[in-house]
Amino acid sequence: MALEVLVPEQAAGIMAKAGMLGESKQKKVRPMTGQAKGNPWLITMFLVAVFLLGWHLATLRSAFDPKGLTEEQLTLMEFNGDIVRAADGTYAWNPEKEKVKGVPGPLAVLAKAREELGEALIKKGTNDHGIAYLVLYTVSRFGAGFLAASVVAVVLGVFLGLNKVLFKAVNPFIQILKPISPLAWMPLLLYTVKDPKWTAILVVFMAALWPTLATTAFGVNSLRKDYLHVAAILQLSWWKRLYKVILPGAAPTIINGLRISFGSALVAVVPAEMLLGELGVGYLSWIEWNNLDISGVIFAILVVGCVGVLLDSGFNKLAALVTYQE
Amino acid sequence: MSYLQIDHASKFFPSHTGEGDVCIFRDVTIKINQGEFVTVIGHSGCGKSTLLNIIAGLETASAGGVILEGKEVVGPGLDRMVVFQNFSLMPWMTVFENIALAVRSAYPDWTPAQVAAHVNKYIALVGLKGAETKRPTALSGGMKQRVGLARAFSIEPKVLLLDEPFAQIDALTRGVIQEELIQMWNASRNTVFMVTHDVDEAILLSDRILLMTNGPSARVGEIIEVTIPRPRSREDIIEHPHYYKIRNHVIHFLVRHASHVGKGGGGSGEEQGDNEPALVTFS
Repeated sequence: MALEVLVPEQAAGIMAKAGMLGESKQKKVRPMTGQAKGNPWLITMFLVAVFLLGWHLATLRSAFDPKGLTEEQLTLMEFNGDIVRAADGTYAWNPEKEKVKGVPGPLAVLAKAREELGEALIKKGTNDHGIAYLVLYTVSRFGAGFLAASVVAVVLGVFLGLNKVLFKAVNPFIQILKPISPLAWMPLLLYTVKDPKWTAILVVFMAALWPTLATTAFGVNSLRKDYLHVAAILQLSWWKRLYKVILPGAAPTIINGLRISFGSALVAVVPAEMLLGELGVGYLSWIEWNNLDISGVIFAILVVGCVGVLLDSGFNKLAALVTYQE
Repeated sequence: MSYLQIDHASKFFPSHTGEGDVCIFRDVTIKINQGEFVTVIGHSGCGKSTLLNIIAGLETASAGGVILEGKEVVGPGLDRMVVFQNFSLMPWMTVFENIALAVRSAYPDWTPAQVAAHVNKYIALVGLKGAETKRPTALSGGMKQRVGLARAFSIEPKVLLLDEPFAQIDALTRGVIQEELIQMWNASRNTVFMVTHDVDEAILLSDRILLMTNGPSARVGEIIEVTIPRPRSREDIIEHPHYYKIRNHVIHFLVRHASHVGKGGGGSGEEQGDNEPALVTFS
């Protein structure tokens, strides 16, 4: 590979620093401790470089070579749109047609990303909003559905967790409804609410509801009886018992449920946008596919990933505020 | 009538086989005077913790009941505070918040400043000054139980219920906290009902020791008066002539699996009918 040819010293140096080659070279000095040493960032950067280079090389196409082709053939190809003729009379592959030939390389995606980010805040038309708007739409759609589902699920979950009989009575419904893909609800929701905007939010809602509901009920139900005993001896009122003891006590379990709901809702929001044609990052991926712009599709996938990471880190910060160690 | 009376209390649990009930203890009557420190010792499964929970109102007796100051106990209340074996501190609250939760409940009319002053007083009493903002996870077992004691004493309950309070604390720390408990109790003189496995702890702390026979169908087999004058310290009581007499008597009782009551041992045991426990005093 080119990396080995061009920069063998640096590559070896990076790998040695990252602890990848250390074992064989320094076996005599350093005993095997079973603990990996090194900087994970270096390994990450190394892997990214290898991946990008591999991607680049795998999607590289040689420049158009007119050798062995007659003038008629070239004219025919130009007429067909396969090649274009520059002002100086040389031929090159038609860049428009190149877009849908094979998978685009990293440079094409980078160019597309530049273009999209450059007009991130521009609305070109009803269905052509800049990427910043699309992210905003997706995040707010996700936020509305997830928050509503969380409130409903936590309130219901607390009631079910506090009342074993009620929990047993309702549990069969939860068990049946939980495994249903939120997207399966979509036609019914669309038919009943008759509005794609609300349908998309409701799909996120359905995706986020069940995991939080089930784990909240479980967390409240399995809260250590001692805490409730203390609350009972101290004669705490129902409300005080709820927000001083039950909710904080069950918080780690509830957070786990919210985390599962969070992932499930994030997975649901993309196909919901695709199917409903609601503007957003999921929609972007689909519309670029309709445009046969594969670089755009890859860019959209990357944006979905970035939005996920953003939302996830925000969630983790919130979660850290309410968890405790036993 | 006694200050606190457990009156012909019995407890049954449904048996594992589903046929009939298992009797944990039957017809237990204990009379406790105001300001008295009474300890129950017995093997695991004799229902002594259940008995404590019944006094606390956290469990109900299958038959009989508990009377405090002439009124029957129904449900838990601030007049009977428990110190739990596993501390039962809220792990999401700091030391201060744990005690303040109790103080605010006991004295709902107090201003935040009054509550804070009261909490800080009890934190100082158990020597936890400087640890107010720590959470229970950051504390050792001994420190956790100091918080538990501070929480219990801070609401100044009529009856203090100690459920094997030092069982999860290492032996060296245990002795120190026992003496701290004595000091706090000397100042407050609550009526105390303690459950323990530790004979030395029972002798050090109690006015009377109740020995329970083995379950099922356990009952109070003997009542031993601890005839060692107060104030007591761990160092001094072992010099007292009654210390080993009492200790040996209790251990004999426990080793004999408590099946035969009132025979053997060194004390002047007197039988008082079938269900009446023998009163043992040393002189």
